[in-house]
Amino acid sequence: MSEPALLSVEAVAVDLPTARGNLRAVDQVDLKVGAGRTLGIVGESGCGKTMLSRAILQLLPKKAKLSGRVMFDGQDLARLAPERLRKLRGRSLAVVFQDPMTSLNPVLTIGTQLIETLQEHLELDGHAAKKRSVELLAAVGIPAPEQRLMQYPHQLSGGMRQRVAIAIALSCEPKLLIADEPTTALDVTIQAQILDLLAREQRRRHMAMILITHDLGVVAGRTDEVAVMYAGRVVERAPTSALFKKMRMPYTEALLAAIPKIDAAPHTPLPAISGRPPDPTRPLQGCSFSPRCRYANGRCHLDKPVLAAAESGDHQYACFHPIAIKTGVGA
Amino acid sequence: MMQDTMPSGLRDPLLKVEHLVVEYAVGSKTVHAVSDVSLEVARGETLGLVGESGCGKSTLGRAVLQLRRPVSGRVLFDGEDLTAMQGETLRRMRRRVQLIFQDPIASLNPRRRIGDIVAEPLVISGVKDARQRERLVGEVLSAVGLDPGLVIGRLPHEFSGGQCQRICIARALVLNPEFIICDEPVSALDVSIRAQILNLLEEMKARYGLTLLFIAHDLAVVKAVSDRVAVMYLGRLCEVGPSEQLFAHPAHPYTALLIKAIPVPDPDVRPAERVAVGEPPSPIAPPSGCRFRTRCPRADQRCINEVPELREVARSQFAACHHPLIEGG
Repeated sequence: MSEPALLSVEAVAVDLPTARGNLRAVDQVDLKVGAGRTLGIVGESGCGKTMLSRAILQLLPKKAKLSGRVMFDGQDLARLAPERLRKLRGRSLAVVFQDPMTSLNPVLTIGTQLIETLQEHLELDGHAAKKRSVELLAAVGIPAPEQRLMQYPHQLSGGMRQRVAIAIALSCEPKLLIADEPTTALDVTIQAQILDLLAREQRRRHMAMILITHDLGVVAGRTDEVAVMYAGRVVERAPTSALFKKMRMPYTEALLAAIPKIDAAPHTPLPAISGRPPDPTRPLQGCSFSPRCRYANGRCHLDKPVLAAAESGDHQYACFHPIAIKTGVGA
Repeated sequence: MMQDTMPSGLRDPLLKVEHLVVEYAVGSKTVHAVSDVSLEVARGETLGLVGESGCGKSTLGRAVLQLRRPVSGRVLFDGEDLTAMQGETLRRMRRRVQLIFQDPIASLNPRRRIGDIVAEPLVISGVKDARQRERLVGEVLSAVGLDPGLVIGRLPHEFSGGQCQRICIARALVLNPEFIICDEPVSALDVSIRAQILNLLEEMKARYGLTLLFIAHDLAVVKAVSDRVAVMYLGRLCEVGPSEQLFAHPAHPYTALLIKAIPVPDPDVRPAERVAVGEPPSPIAPPSGCRFRTRCPRADQRCINEVPELREVARSQFAACHHPLIEGG
């Protein structure tokens, strides 16, 4: 990557104390996102993708222990004073969650929430903030924005609420937007509209974005780079087109194969991944995917493979038995 | 004349829904949840029912079982009209039809042991012999891939979502039903677990000779298991036809829109921008004429004035549209 990284996640780990013992939710993750770039983080529930985003935002649960470094725009976020951090979040670092009702206040009108954000971070006066709010709502595709300002979140549909949450997130021209499963709660036709909206605004603002999802289909056409997470670790990371062209990590391949394909004939048995992810309070000695992996052998159960670069420097995977490139003789 | 609107031609329908209307009151207003829906499910067939949230697909599933009584219309199961049945007659009929829900954890009583949960339908239907119950419970648990010895004494919270869905499937199978209504059975599950459960449903269907009504919002999931697919929008049926044919050549603009909106896991397939316009209107005040017309690129005056009837647009493929994307001879 020629551009300097806007966000750099360095050896980040998150530990959560639970009744069953320590739970390592995120395990030694390194990631970089350049200005104006889009990184997709893909994984199933419990893989640590949301905890990682919370670690970046410094919004971890109180009892959680964070180690490693999160560098954003030249600053170490863990070392920032709470007041400076609060100013930064919402201003240059914004977030959109899966359920817009978790970020919208149900007893305040849309207008109050938008205007408040603009006044707080951009120090606009009331009139200017209102004018800007109307523009923002129009930009995210909300019809009759002046009237919407007076409405409460419950008066809007799920798709409209997510548009409002996006408008608030974009209101202060952030440098990085973290979208955590922004369309999972929405219907498929609304999902397409919201993803289009995010892509359009991102291009227009030259904003960096982290798109967190469980759906490989969502990242395929809409990201520059993808990191696949499993059991708290990044197990494969590559430019999006390279990843889909040549998956090296057996988990990524199995995850893609398990999705029903729209062009497959009905009643085609799906290549399911047997078993389920390991208990995060009982970490495995070897590769976390080894109990479910069809390529695993003795070494996989004993040693943990590290995320390392393959032949081309920007495609990394953590696997002793990466899926062979088609041209070679099968092992 | 009424028969013309029926997508018929099935030899041996196990379930026949005729002009079903389901409405319910919200305050002083009426939600038109299901409006004049007719469909058939042949014995041994899986009919997929797709549509977005609020389209009435779950209400339709419940109305089939008479868990919500329809305002009008008939539900014929194996030739008998369920809407005319009451009390014990209806209960006896319901043993032949079972239901599997979206949230497997919420569908299991958290304070009861798995063995008792799966045996409950047997107790209710009067199987008095405890040893016989135990044997039947053991059989279905093994069939869904669980070890009866390990699970019967445990509580639901000790199991993952995928395992709970296996338990729900075992409970649905224990009375040896003929028909199962699966209402979003995999949408709460992770991708890798979803595939396991879809495969299991297919296996169980073959093993127990089941007929399925498979309700889901995910088209690819529906296509994976269905022989035919019915598409619903805002309480009405838009289109019904053989799965492959319907996906390859959708006739209704709404079906085409749904297919186009699916994110494809291939970076070379650029997501088509602005495939979808607007949002579905409220089922309290559905649009006149064709209910999809407010979002449809093909809509004209006729679509405002006239409700389109389902008609055959290609062999065995029926669409309710004045301007279908394909037109059969």
